[in-house]
Amino acid sequence: MSDFPFLSVLTVAPLVGALVVVFLPASRGELAKRIALGWSLAVLVLSVFMWIAFEAGGDRLQLRESYSWIPRWGVNFTFAADGIALVMLMLIALLVPLVILASWHDAEKSKRSVPVYFALLLFLECTMIGVFAAADVFLFYVFFEVMLVPMYFLIGSYGGHQRQYAAVKFFLYSLVGGLFMLAAVIGLWVVGGKTFDWQALTQIDISTGTERWLFLGFFLAFAIKAPFFPFHTWLPDAGGAAPAGAAALLVGVLDKVGTFGILRYCLPLFPEASKWFAPYAIALALIGIIYAALLAVGQNDLKRLVSYTSIAHFGFIGIGLFAFTTQAGTGAVLYMVNHGLATGLLFLVVGMLVARRGSALITDFGGAGKLVPLLAGVLFFAGLASLALPGTAPFISEFLVLIGTYTVNKPVAIIATAGIILAAAYVLWMVQRTTQGTLNPALSGVEAMRKDLSVREKVVVAPLIALLLLLGFYPKPVTDVINPAVQATMEQDLGKQDPAPTVGTVQEAHR
Amino acid sequence: MDLKLPDIDYAALAPILVLFGASLVGVLVEAFIPRKRRHLTQLVLGLLALTGALVAVVLNAQDRVVTAGGAVAVDGPTLFLQGAIVVLAGMALMLIGERSVQRGGAFVAHAAVTVGSPEDQRQAADEGGATEVYPLTLFAVSGMLLFVAANDLLTMFIALEAFSLPLYLLCALARRRRLLSQESALKYFLLGSYASAFFLFGMALVYGFTVGAGGTGSGGGVDFGTIRTAVTDSAASEVLLFAGLALLSIGLLFKIAAAPFHVWTPDVYQGAPTPITGFMAACTKVAAFGGLLRVLHVAFSGASWDFTPVLGAIAVLTMLVGAILAVTQTDIKRLLAYSSVANAGYLLVGALVLSKDGLSSTMFYLVAYGFTVLAAFGVVTLVRDADGEATHLSRWAGLGRRSPLYAGLFTFLLLAFAGIPLTSGFTSKFAVFGAALDAGQSWLVIAGVLTSMILAFPYLRVVVMMWLSEPGESTPTVSLPGGLTAAALMIGVVATLVLGVAPAPLLDLANGAAEFVR
Repeated sequence: MSDFPFLSVLTVAPLVGALVVVFLPASRGELAKRIALGWSLAVLVLSVFMWIAFEAGGDRLQLRESYSWIPRWGVNFTFAADGIALVMLMLIALLVPLVILASWHDAEKSKRSVPVYFALLLFLECTMIGVFAAADVFLFYVFFEVMLVPMYFLIGSYGGHQRQYAAVKFFLYSLVGGLFMLAAVIGLWVVGGKTFDWQALTQIDISTGTERWLFLGFFLAFAIKAPFFPFHTWLPDAGGAAPAGAAALLVGVLDKVGTFGILRYCLPLFPEASKWFAPYAIALALIGIIYAALLAVGQNDLKRLVSYTSIAHFGFIGIGLFAFTTQAGTGAVLYMVNHGLATGLLFLVVGMLVARRGSALITDFGGAGKLVPLLAGVLFFAGLASLALPGTAPFISEFLVLIGTYTVNKPVAIIATAGIILAAAYVLWMVQRTTQGTLNPALSGVEAMRKDLSVREKVVVAPLIALLLLLGFYPKPVTDVINPAVQATMEQDLGKQDPAPTVGTVQEAHR
Repeated sequence: MDLKLPDIDYAALAPILVLFGASLVGVLVEAFIPRKRRHLTQLVLGLLALTGALVAVVLNAQDRVVTAGGAVAVDGPTLFLQGAIVVLAGMALMLIGERSVQRGGAFVAHAAVTVGSPEDQRQAADEGGATEVYPLTLFAVSGMLLFVAANDLLTMFIALEAFSLPLYLLCALARRRRLLSQESALKYFLLGSYASAFFLFGMALVYGFTVGAGGTGSGGGVDFGTIRTAVTDSAASEVLLFAGLALLSIGLLFKIAAAPFHVWTPDVYQGAPTPITGFMAACTKVAAFGGLLRVLHVAFSGASWDFTPVLGAIAVLTMLVGAILAVTQTDIKRLLAYSSVANAGYLLVGALVLSKDGLSSTMFYLVAYGFTVLAAFGVVTLVRDADGEATHLSRWAGLGRRSPLYAGLFTFLLLAFAGIPLTSGFTSKFAVFGAALDAGQSWLVIAGVLTSMILAFPYLRVVVMMWLSEPGESTPTVSLPGGLTAAALMIGVVATLVLGVAPAPLLDLANGAAEFVR
């Protein structure tokens, strides 16, 4: 079973699906949707088998496959997954069919080709899986850059207001980061003795100065992608303009490439530089938490608001990554998954609201709960999950990040806690202004606002709600997979031991 | 004095001789074949000659000889670049020979007729284009083949003139916008003559240096072996050497369109008939870089510590000028012209790495870029309205709706220019930057990466225009290409994809060829 080439098949399958769908005539939109949904479900089934084949306590990198690509440069198609990549692959495989189902009618509204929209979604899935499954730095870079192309067209061709501006901004920001990374990739290749193999590259010695420059090249690309303050300004525009489904993938998965990249490439390849830069990275993350939360409070556009909340959440992930404890690191990875579920749900629900109202402005809503109680309820739940209410999955990850950070750096943990309070403010205020209170008279005039969740929409939100609750009470299956990988990163690569538990003696507690 | 005839290895010279002979036959065709049949005859003759030359190059593949009294070196780089020029010229010839996109083709029938006169209107309406373009193109190609093989400065100069003069003429032969075309030819000719004069003067100074270096009695020379020995061994004053090298470089940098010698590029690229623009952007670039590589690697490698900083600064300037000015362009041909300037900068980064890696990566880049740029100009010939090609960018708005296929192909080519992975643009940039970083030229790589960021913007703007803007009243349609343009376009696009996805075979070929005979 574990001999099956899961990762390469998972990468190629969506691409084949995309090619099938894109060549359908524009009039066969309905068929294209069905094929795309079926295809993405097949990918989901396959990835469940992959999950089963993965041994939680086994080798760090499993499911390894390697095929020669450009021998002269030492480039191979090397795929391998650790626990971190595995959970992200599962998240992708789960979100894509839901997004396809949720965007069932999105493409028609834009007057553009329906099959192309779904082909782009499948192509995006191919690149996203590839970027997490790659264990060759060159291959990773290829997917990292190519990923921009389908997302660019999803935003630019099918987006809403100001979509051109948002698409170009998204592309240029990411490309700038990517080109810095390209310089660092080439540099790493030269100092690493002309190999791109991740495992070989973790073994090399780099002089301090070079290591810091290379770290910066990678980090800049990932910080733009994630995004961390002050490289975040593209996300609200892109998230606001993208169709809801694409936005859910953008924030739910695409941006995780940034945090995943830090964990997979920056920390293991440049451990000394990572330690040297950690205080700065944590400072950026902290500023991001507070600053983005404050901006979120002030937003009047629902999709932009959710985008800002994401930037704040990425701050928490950033702290967790650079605290260098297993607890915080596990929390950060778990946060990546949970955030994908929670914010993905939030974006999809907001998309349903916006599609009914025809506007994303909060002031155009008000008392919507009276018309669509079920939808309002789901929005409320998604909001609560997003602010990390205990009982929902994000709570556990946020808590892990904070206690993991507290053991090594108390002030940071305390400042970050302020972000939780702000999160309550922006989420609750948004829910209140859109669904609670007196009914906005303009709202009842809109015919679509009288329709509550359809069966299709219920099928979209149900699995996400179930998973958020399940992982909120029983995260063990996920943490068991993540923990060894994070521990290996922190202990083997960075040489950091977790501080001994300080419970027990009074003296210890007073130190 | 006893003069001895040098030995000539005719087999090694066969590619050049085949094309040279074919262009002479082409001149005879003009004289003896009836006008109606000339077009087809010339086109077939040209394609056959190029095929013959390619076969000769392939048969010579293992040759590593210096022949014709030391004037011509047939070695790995020569053969690789000759093959590249011949293949690219074949694509260009397909674009040149296209007549179904526009009645009579892209060329004027009688270039001497006054623009705007009744006669001119008559010939614009229904006369087939001048068929002299075929022998002219073949002359230019044979000159290019000699240029990359030249092993002394005099032969190089003759080859330079042999491929430049036909190009000056070809630029003046556009069917539409004839004044612009004639202006561009005049500009190219005047500036090109200056550049040639610089080259000649530089040659004289270098000759003087070798005479001084060799001491009394032994005499000097302009062949690369003599120069190389003089540069390495000489204790003589290097003023003549540096002055000579600087002037020679000006001549060569003019041809490759490096800043600050690039000013002709946008005007000539815009004014010339588009197939000729593509021909220049692909083949002239390969030839000019071939010459520059040989001069730097073979003749002056001993002075690399002295010229690398200066030429490196020129490379940075070229990349910057090309990238920044490309941002402000509103005409697609001018935009591609500035992009070609910037690409000359990236190529210079590779050319300055005097190692096997530097040489092979530069040659790889030349081939990859040639295919992409020819295909791009091929698309430009198709986007047209009643007045000919619609080159203003605003006219491309919404093209993606009108003709998704060609807009899609052009988007792919633009992504290749921007260096997105899975295109040849990425692999070739990677090759060049990798070689430069390996040689410790990190400042050139950083400049290259930064300018790539700037350069992405103009390409993206075209993509936005084509796909994200609504089609306006004035959006031209894309003409259905004839078989020739379609073939050239497909070759270019497929090569761009294949060299991006599976570059290994060509990389190996370039690497195997990357050694000059000295």
